[in-house]
Amino acid sequence: MEFLTQMLGADVARMVVGLIAIIALVSVNALFLIWMERKVAAHMQLRPGPMEVGWHGAVQTVADAVKLMGKELITPTDVDRPVYHLAPIVIFLPVLLSFLVIPFSQTLIIRDMNVGVLLILAFASLTVLAILMAGWASNNKYSVLGAIRSVAQTVAYEIPLLITLMSPILMVGSFSLADIVAAQERYWFVLTQPLAFILYIVCATAETNRAPFDLPEAESELVAGFHTEYSGMKFGLFFLAEYTNMFIVSALATIFFLGGWRGPFLPGIFWFLIKVYAIIFLLMWFRWTFPRVRFDQLITFAWKILIPLAFANLLITALIMKLR
Amino acid sequence: MINYFKEILVGFWSLLAGMAVTIRYFTKPIVTVQYPRQKLTMSPRYRGHTEFVIDEETRTHRCIACEMCNRICPSQLISLQGVKVDAKKKLPSRYIIAYQYCSLCGLCVEVCPTKALKWSDEYLLCGFTREDSEIDLLRRLQDQQYAKGWPLTPIPRPKPEEPAPAKGEEVKE
Amino acid sequence: MLERGLEEKTYVLNLGPQHPSTHGVLRVELEMEGEFITKADPDIGYGHRGHEHMAENRNYQQFLPNLGRVDYLHALAYNQCYCMAVEKLLGLKVPERAEFIRVITGEMNRISSHLLWLGAYLLDLGAFTPILYCFDDREHILDLLDRVTGSRLTYCYYRFGGVPQDIDEEFVAGTREFIKRLRTRFRDYDNLVTKNVIFIHRTRDVGIITQEQCLEYGLTGPMVRGSGIPYDIRRSEPYSAYPLFDFEIPIGSKGDILDRYLVRVKEMEQSLRIIEQALNKLPEGPIMAEKVPKRIKPAEGEVYAAVEAARGEFGCYVVSQGEVKPYRIKLRVPSFANLSILPELSVDTLVADLVAILGSIDVVVPEIDR
Repeated sequence: MEFLTQMLGADVARMVVGLIAIIALVSVNALFLIWMERKVAAHMQLRPGPMEVGWHGAVQTVADAVKLMGKELITPTDVDRPVYHLAPIVIFLPVLLSFLVIPFSQTLIIRDMNVGVLLILAFASLTVLAILMAGWASNNKYSVLGAIRSVAQTVAYEIPLLITLMSPILMVGSFSLADIVAAQERYWFVLTQPLAFILYIVCATAETNRAPFDLPEAESELVAGFHTEYSGMKFGLFFLAEYTNMFIVSALATIFFLGGWRGPFLPGIFWFLIKVYAIIFLLMWFRWTFPRVRFDQLITFAWKILIPLAFANLLITALIMKLR
Repeated sequence: MINYFKEILVGFWSLLAGMAVTIRYFTKPIVTVQYPRQKLTMSPRYRGHTEFVIDEETRTHRCIACEMCNRICPSQLISLQGVKVDAKKKLPSRYIIAYQYCSLCGLCVEVCPTKALKWSDEYLLCGFTREDSEIDLLRRLQDQQYAKGWPLTPIPRPKPEEPAPAKGEEVKE
Repeated sequence: MLERGLEEKTYVLNLGPQHPSTHGVLRVELEMEGEFITKADPDIGYGHRGHEHMAENRNYQQFLPNLGRVDYLHALAYNQCYCMAVEKLLGLKVPERAEFIRVITGEMNRISSHLLWLGAYLLDLGAFTPILYCFDDREHILDLLDRVTGSRLTYCYYRFGGVPQDIDEEFVAGTREFIKRLRTRFRDYDNLVTKNVIFIHRTRDVGIITQEQCLEYGLTGPMVRGSGIPYDIRRSEPYSAYPLFDFEIPIGSKGDILDRYLVRVKEMEQSLRIIEQALNKLPEGPIMAEKVPKRIKPAEGEVYAAVEAARGEFGCYVVSQGEVKPYRIKLRVPSFANLSILPELSVDTLVADLVAILGSIDVVVPEIDR
């Protein structure tokens, strides 16, 4: 550490250590989440899920990852090669960078920026570019359909997502995530902003392309959507990105509505992770309960219900803030 | 306007009701059987493949090689050959079922005049070659007798001048 | 290349034969304009096994196991139909107890078929969990039927003149218990599926079939009943022991997917009623008709027998020329007629709707191909 600091300067060293930590976190998190998803799904469906590899199948996802790495990377003929190969990387990078500004505990934050929220949302919307690249380059009609759906969906759902987040931001008066957590010293924002919380969860589900809004990869319609033509670890990267995205939106929900790392007795990082995984459990619960919405209904829902409600919520919040 | 909010609330409530169902099942015990560790007992009428009934008195099978089963079998998969041991009695010298063609209809079991056939409760019926699924009922009977410590039923040899055993695949009238 | 590509307004999307929601090997060639379908052309024949031709080369009994493989989900109805046709030819009178057993097992099989449909249909709509609950319930039916028939899926249980093996006390008790269990489970299905706002929005006003279309296309089963025509062979041409029981024919009003869904769910409840009544009234007596000839050789003649299978009217037309083998057997399968309306229903819908419509038709592809 000291050696690094001397060599690169404190700032750069912080970045390097941070990135390594993030990559470790992302991988472990994805492995854990996939195992958790399978277990949650299984128990909701009255079956045990993976049981063979490790304790209750805990190492199953590691085995799956090794299998994925060992698989041949098939490049179908007639794909748009540069774009096709670039897409898995493009989907993964913004996901990694989003971690830069997330405060895991009071001190554990790589960089506290005063535009933290905006940074995360900007990076989140970059994933749609990767999906479009993957879908278009695959030269497969199902992939294109999935990609187009994804674009429309993300564009439609980013608006209510941002607007719902604006309400807590108005209350705090800062875009910095650390400030937002600091502002929730007395009570969590979920108590004062319940509607915003619900709206945010709905938008977050759509933003991460998960059921009931998993239209880009609706398997009963589009086979596997935009990643139909990907194999091996390229597919693995899409998978990894999806689960990491889940972590990020859940972390945002925790920071904005559940008081971030605040909690009694345990260190902040534990509280933060407990809350994040609770939200992720909620998302998984959605996925294994609901049927998929239809595409036009999805868009209608965003424009006719989510956005008006989000605006109303923002307006009321603003009024109260002004009158107080 | 009221309808708009009512619809949202009713829809939201229905989603919560659905989630209540899944979370209730989430806490319930699992219903599946962990196959290699736990095994189910087969129901008494489970149709594995056919095998000979071992008569408690004679400690052997009751087959008289009448070929009724062979004739009724939809897939003609029983390859059966009988030998005359004396003037009246005929015994099977070869009873092989090509199990891969069997559709488990049960006609052979029902048609048997001496009720010599029954269903086994074998369910681990997999093999690597086509020959693995050909089951020799006479040998199987001997194995079962051996397991019980009963005298084995000898397999009578067909006389050399007899024609070759009928092929199972041939369609018979 | 690019310019020409942009000029073209429609493109062809190949749905199947390997596709998660075509339930077997059905291929639908879709002509699409964006996400909208302008033309759908189902392509069948991938699972053709020539059952009808096989019938001509076998004697009457030997064709029995084939019937369980035409529609593997409601195999017992198909068994029953063929047995009824041959019994008509032979002039056999099936004893009452055997008829009751046929009704009980047949209705159990109908419930299992509908349960599988329910689960698979929700899988089409993107809900993953209901299918496991349905299979949990279905497993109980299969276990019970396994006790009676010896097999779990491709049953070959009915014989000309009755049934070969009687049901036992344990089966009766188990069935009663199952009826109780399924009735409590319907509440969960209601909460999880029927009342779910997403499900309702996916199915309401989609794939509407008018009553005229029903008649035009020769649709049967839940497809017509969903459109409000109370046509059920169990009622309109009663067979077996059905006239003895009190049950309703559930019908829909609009003819959309939701109506067909509700019809099927209500049908399961009615089937439970029928089973309950049959168990209460179960008479003693023989299970096989007297004087069933060992060698089935019916006199010359032609008969048609029809039963209400889970998917609609299944008819069996048998032509005998007084030989041991039938001269011709024609199987009228419901899925084939029901699928024929798909091209008309799917015009100007989304792919998601096509999947929903295809699921609501409840096709069993091997049955279409035979």
